[in-house]
Amino acid sequence: MEQPVLADHPGRVGSRRPRARFGKALAPYLLSLPAGLWLLILFLIPLVVMLSLSLQTCNNATGACVMTWHWGEFWQQLSLYHGQFLNSFYYAGAATIIDLLISFPIAYWIAFYGGNKKNFFLLMLLVPFFVSFIIRTVVWQFILSDQGIILGGLKNAHLLPQSFHVLATGYAVVAGLAYNYLPFTALPLYVAIERIDRRILDAAYDLYATKRDAFLRIILPLTVPGLFAAFLLTFIPQLGDYVNQQVLGGTSNTMIGTVIQNAFLVNLDYAGGSALSAILLAIALIGIFAYSRLLGSRAIEDFL
Amino acid sequence: MTTVAARPTGSASGQPAHGRRKQRRWTRAILPTYSWLVIAYLVFPIAIMIVYSFNQVTTGLPQVSFAWNGFTTRWYQQWNGIPQLTSSFWLSIQLALATTVLAGVVGTLLALALVRYRPPRFRGKAAFEQTLFLNIAAPEIVLGASLLGLFVTLNVARGFLTLLISHVAFSIAYVAVTVRARMAGFDRSLEEAAQDLGANAWTTFRKITFPIILPGIMAGGLMAFAISIDDFVTSNFVSGPQVPFPVWVYGATRIGIPPQVFVFGTAIFTVGILCALASVIMSRRHRPA
Repeated sequence: MEQPVLADHPGRVGSRRPRARFGKALAPYLLSLPAGLWLLILFLIPLVVMLSLSLQTCNNATGACVMTWHWGEFWQQLSLYHGQFLNSFYYAGAATIIDLLISFPIAYWIAFYGGNKKNFFLLMLLVPFFVSFIIRTVVWQFILSDQGIILGGLKNAHLLPQSFHVLATGYAVVAGLAYNYLPFTALPLYVAIERIDRRILDAAYDLYATKRDAFLRIILPLTVPGLFAAFLLTFIPQLGDYVNQQVLGGTSNTMIGTVIQNAFLVNLDYAGGSALSAILLAIALIGIFAYSRLLGSRAIEDFL
Repeated sequence: MTTVAARPTGSASGQPAHGRRKQRRWTRAILPTYSWLVIAYLVFPIAIMIVYSFNQVTTGLPQVSFAWNGFTTRWYQQWNGIPQLTSSFWLSIQLALATTVLAGVVGTLLALALVRYRPPRFRGKAAFEQTLFLNIAAPEIVLGASLLGLFVTLNVARGFLTLLISHVAFSIAYVAVTVRARMAGFDRSLEEAAQDLGANAWTTFRKITFPIILPGIMAGGLMAFAISIDDFVTSNFVSGPQVPFPVWVYGATRIGIPPQVFVFGTAIFTVGILCALASVIMSRRHRPA
């Protein structure tokens, strides 16, 4: 620093009343107090309550719960529902990979060749968000239905056997997940590619790099943080998603979100549901933690 | 374009290998064609929704059928033919508006604190940042389930109030992050100039700070509105007998979707896309030449 910090107005400090200075010292805390309380009471404390609920034993008849430090609940739930956890991993993993593959070229194209229409193309990427998430999923149910516009047409042309179906299979669930979360993948990738300093590419071409070299050795490495962010912002929400599975899937491909929802809203098994939620959160935390270790917690916000 | 002329190096580097090697025509068309196909894929279900909102119903039941039965505008004329659907829609609108105001104010204040102060003066800043990050990255079903656990433990009756405080809780982080990003280039010397000219803290905020950060606040508020009006997972856990629009539609998927759902969907889409297109056009017109 070459000059004293301007914000403190060294010339005026002496004339300021002590109360004002006290208020200035408190300013950051006063500004963050409402958000802090809100997040504490309605985000952090509920998570603690959830953990404690998962260790309680509840009376199914009265609904009253007593703390019993029942750690076995976690193993019990895991052994009951590990299949649904695995389903969630398969479907969310497949859908995330599909999303990354679909969105990388279009993000690259918009970032490099979008010109003055960039905003328009970004709006096109966001277009699914202008329709309610549930309605989008229901429309996919229409599209993929046995007699819908795609399968119905192919069947009438005898290109597919009459018994062929997509709905109620894992493929339908993956298709729905991939469509619904595509913008979450495409936007971070776009931000990462857009941010690449074009002069680095110029330098590479001046040094006789081929297009392929430039892509593999400059563009791809520089988009790694964006790829990570896109992966995290797509995979974790998909892992907990149950709407796609409920609307497009069948009974054989239940995901963990469905089990949690039923535990809380249908079976009123708060202990079991809390234990499963805690496990899901722990899995997500591993990813979140790895990300913030590698790239810092602020880095992901750059991609929102 | 004048912008290109102003940055002679930028235009050449914007298209790598341009002019360096003559590319065959058809390879150049791959990427644009592919991109337009992706856009078509993204728009396709929306087009289907709009088309099916004009589909006739042949059975006696008020459900959209998978098969096409002919064109009708009947569902637009009878848009409020299902009272529960209409009231759930208005509930969602009220909820989103209230969430926008509350989360907008609370999130903006937090963003101000985060942009302006660092650890010696603002202890706990790192904890705030970690909390925001966790809030955004955690699966929503965990947040919704834990809120339900809290309300059940405290014996709070579920209704509009639980919906509102839950929606604000998950919107604050998005508002704070959005507003902070928009404030990154804020020039503090403008505030100092105002204070040197005798303005007190409130006048400085009202006349300098607020007008400058207003676009950021609007972006944050829009984000809160969009998240709130489309929220299903948390709402499904914390709503009482009167449910918001997405929860009602989800419930209806079990028995068959009434055509009015697609009418509402088309209406929301049309309003949203017109506003967005208008803002894209405005931003292009206001860009300095």
